[in-house]
Amino acid sequence: MSPKHRKTLVVAGHGMVGHRFVQAAIERGLTETHDIVVVGEESRPAYDRVALTSFFEVGADELSFLPSGEYDDPRVRLVLGATVDGFDPETRTVLLSDAQGQESVLTYDELVLATGAAPFVPPVPGHDLDGCFVYRTIDDLEAIRDAAAGATVGAVIGGGLLGLEAANALAQLGLETHVVEMAPRLMAVQVDDAGGATLVRHIEKLGLHVHTGARTEQVLGAERVEGLALADEEPIPAEVVVFSAGIRPRDQLARTAGLDVAERGGVLVDERCRTSDEHVWAIGECAAPGGRMYGLVAPGYAMAEVVVDALLGGPGSFTGADMSTKLKLLGVDVASFGDAFAATDGALELVYADAVTGVYKKLVLSADGRQLLGGILVGDASAYGVLRPMVSSGIALPDNPEELILPVGRGGVELGLPDEAQVCSCNDVTKAQILEAVGEGGTCDSASCVTRCTKAGSTCGSCKPVVKKVVEEFFAAQGRVVDKSLCEHFPLTRQELFDVVAVHGYTRFDDIVEAHGRGRGCDVCKPTVASILASQLNGHVLEGPTRTLQDTNDAYLANIQRNGTYSVVPRIPGGEITPEKLIVIGQVAQDFGLYTKITGGQRIDLFGARMEQLPEIWRRLVDAGFESGHAYGKSLRTVKSCVGSTWCRYGVQDSVQLAIDLELRYRGLRSPHKLKGGVSGCARECAEARGKDFGVIATEKGWNLYVGGNGGATPAHARLLAGDLDRDTLIRYLDRFLMYYIRTADRLQRTAPWIDSLDGGLDRVREIVVDDALGLGSELEAAMAWHVDGYFDEWRETLDDPDKLARFVSFVNAPDTPDPNITFRAEREQAVPGESSGPVALGTTIPVGAPR
Amino acid sequence: MSTSTDPAVLTAYTVVCRLDQIEVEGGVAALVGGVAVAIFRTHDGNVYAMSNYDPCSRASVLARGIVGTRGEIPYVASPMHKQAFDLRTGQCLDDAAIRVPTYDVRVADGMVLVGGPRQET
Repeated sequence: MSPKHRKTLVVAGHGMVGHRFVQAAIERGLTETHDIVVVGEESRPAYDRVALTSFFEVGADELSFLPSGEYDDPRVRLVLGATVDGFDPETRTVLLSDAQGQESVLTYDELVLATGAAPFVPPVPGHDLDGCFVYRTIDDLEAIRDAAAGATVGAVIGGGLLGLEAANALAQLGLETHVVEMAPRLMAVQVDDAGGATLVRHIEKLGLHVHTGARTEQVLGAERVEGLALADEEPIPAEVVVFSAGIRPRDQLARTAGLDVAERGGVLVDERCRTSDEHVWAIGECAAPGGRMYGLVAPGYAMAEVVVDALLGGPGSFTGADMSTKLKLLGVDVASFGDAFAATDGALELVYADAVTGVYKKLVLSADGRQLLGGILVGDASAYGVLRPMVSSGIALPDNPEELILPVGRGGVELGLPDEAQVCSCNDVTKAQILEAVGEGGTCDSASCVTRCTKAGSTCGSCKPVVKKVVEEFFAAQGRVVDKSLCEHFPLTRQELFDVVAVHGYTRFDDIVEAHGRGRGCDVCKPTVASILASQLNGHVLEGPTRTLQDTNDAYLANIQRNGTYSVVPRIPGGEITPEKLIVIGQVAQDFGLYTKITGGQRIDLFGARMEQLPEIWRRLVDAGFESGHAYGKSLRTVKSCVGSTWCRYGVQDSVQLAIDLELRYRGLRSPHKLKGGVSGCARECAEARGKDFGVIATEKGWNLYVGGNGGATPAHARLLAGDLDRDTLIRYLDRFLMYYIRTADRLQRTAPWIDSLDGGLDRVREIVVDDALGLGSELEAAMAWHVDGYFDEWRETLDDPDKLARFVSFVNAPDTPDPNITFRAEREQAVPGESSGPVALGTTIPVGAPR
Repeated sequence: MSTSTDPAVLTAYTVVCRLDQIEVEGGVAALVGGVAVAIFRTHDGNVYAMSNYDPCSRASVLARGIVGTRGEIPYVASPMHKQAFDLRTGQCLDDAAIRVPTYDVRVADGMVLVGGPRQET
């Protein structure tokens, strides 16, 4: 046999754990010696199943771990839509069939089983009727969504973690939702009776019906589901039924191949996750290390790392997992960690319960009261990030452990976590690893960078506050202050500066820099102050002393181009324009020899205007009914629209009208960065609204509002802020959202990174905008109303003011002489800038007028 | 800058504009001997002149930049790509190899006068 240098590793399964295995294999260099073939059964590459419920909000792309469908490493081949039908440990071959049913055989050196688990469907009569579903894949959710479209009532069988997720999904789809749980309480594995009861109260308040201690006897219906028959209870009518009664390891491949399996299912593996065949490994939910299967993602990730380590000859082993859970179910925080049920001998319980607000917290302490063993949190899990590492690290409790679960505002305690404490359980990151990332030799300078580099906080996110705290404490101890100063002239952030200006009522840069800064400002702080003053005062940007603060484009109300000429963009709200106005634009362009191009924001850009021509050009445009398009400002640009229900046979709402209304409402609004909007008249999303800072998409019932999208170098898809809004509510939320952004964002920070920078991210935005948690709602709306009422067209006002016009001259002493440095050449029948090779002199024959 | 009114000195200068035509911390472009010159006025009352031509972007635009200070240095930021130029010397503060020619400039009787290019030192 010829020597074979590279080995082949086959991974059966491309779920979260399979993907993590491949990532780790690439990162740790296993692909230097192995070619990897990953076989995934679903048509999509791995996606975030933990966040499955958000699929309806964010769509499949947002959940995907590998949107491109392939790994960067060419030695990894991903085969999707294919199944592993079997394998033979003797010949080390796997049998594949692809999406077309074509069979093939692959030879492996090592085989990793990552086939996951399958939902368990109890064999009650009628379980296979039309309208019965399970809740595991995006395909399942799509099927549930289709079925829900014509239904009014849905029922979930199973009140565990996944069952409640599924119930959430049904409720989101607008169904009256029942949860049927056989055990006497919800989430029986994670919470105790009191916690379960608290959870039920929360969920019932949301309008869901909970039936505990209820056994499903039969799914009713002839061909389609009509309801559920329960023991000792009235039947429930339902047109959609979702089974979520637990999962079973998918261990059939191993069984067929004759490998050992655990008594209660799962491929039996040792501490290195090796099966009874030395070249076959199993990880994730299909595996049973020591005979026990783990239905959480964190242990699966740990197993993936262990196998990569083993194949590299490392010593790693899997010795059990932290089964702690924290999640938000139907908006209710639930967490369970450590010895949640006080099974340890002599364990003590410390309970705080507030039935009014629906908060239940229980700590389980060691017999001497010095160590935290576990706990349950329902309704408020904010302490989880601090408590869970206390369990795993075993550090001594403070003398007043009750402070750990009492409502905040009562003092609280400072905790010094030991370095070995695990901060992120999903990705097994310790405090020491975080410190290493920010310390000497590390490359991180912020908590978000630590999350990117160490993965701490990147899976469920529950430890993010702790990561942030560890980083901040480290910097504080180092005497390192994270400098958030705007520039050398202001030791303030933009938000602080905004507040300073508002509180003192400043209207002039001179007063601001004198009282709160030093020096005479620069090209960073001056435009920032100009923008803040414009947001707060609604004045003209070329008025008085604010003129010299304006950045390049604002200074001449046009966009400077490479040869020092400007481009002109009149507003075309929603992209709708009459033929008469189109003709005017064409004539202006023709008369001034301007290059014309259609913009991405559905308007027309006219290039090549000399500065001294701008007033003349705008006179023509204003007379024809145009106004400034603010293409030059950090301000609202356009609200793009599709043609909507007026013309389109698919449209469900009038997107053009709404886009025009929104563009006219927010025109002229100065903001930390440019702002773009979009409105689509149906879910086909032709306006690409989700690529905008605010996007509105029509639904049958109203409008969905998405925020935080942008194109550019770091594209971001806007995410759902609120759904099915009527027009007034939509505008109210948008007013609040935009004003809050204007008040609190950093300079040149677009909405997407701004949302990410807030503690709590989009959830925080929703609390402020939708729930009005800060009580700022009416203030923000009033600020926007003030802007809307005070709007005027900057160009029209400029044309009416000789002082402002006086600046639009080529030379102060030769106002009609074109700058000889500006030249044009022709390209594709239009004018484009000529190249300059150095300053051009006109010669002294040109008459220059001496001023009076 | 000085306010000399010695006629012998003034003859070499071009009267360009009134001082109040230049905003404080603003600039104007003027044609001096057929060449575009940018003239700036700072907060402390000084007036400076340099070529209007930004060598970094190869465009005649410097008069349209924001005027401020970097440390103690009065400077203008190119409106194109924000390179900073010392108003006193024309030296680019972001690239030691780049320098813009400066011009003698005076204020007399409320008028701004620009002389010839200064000799490099």
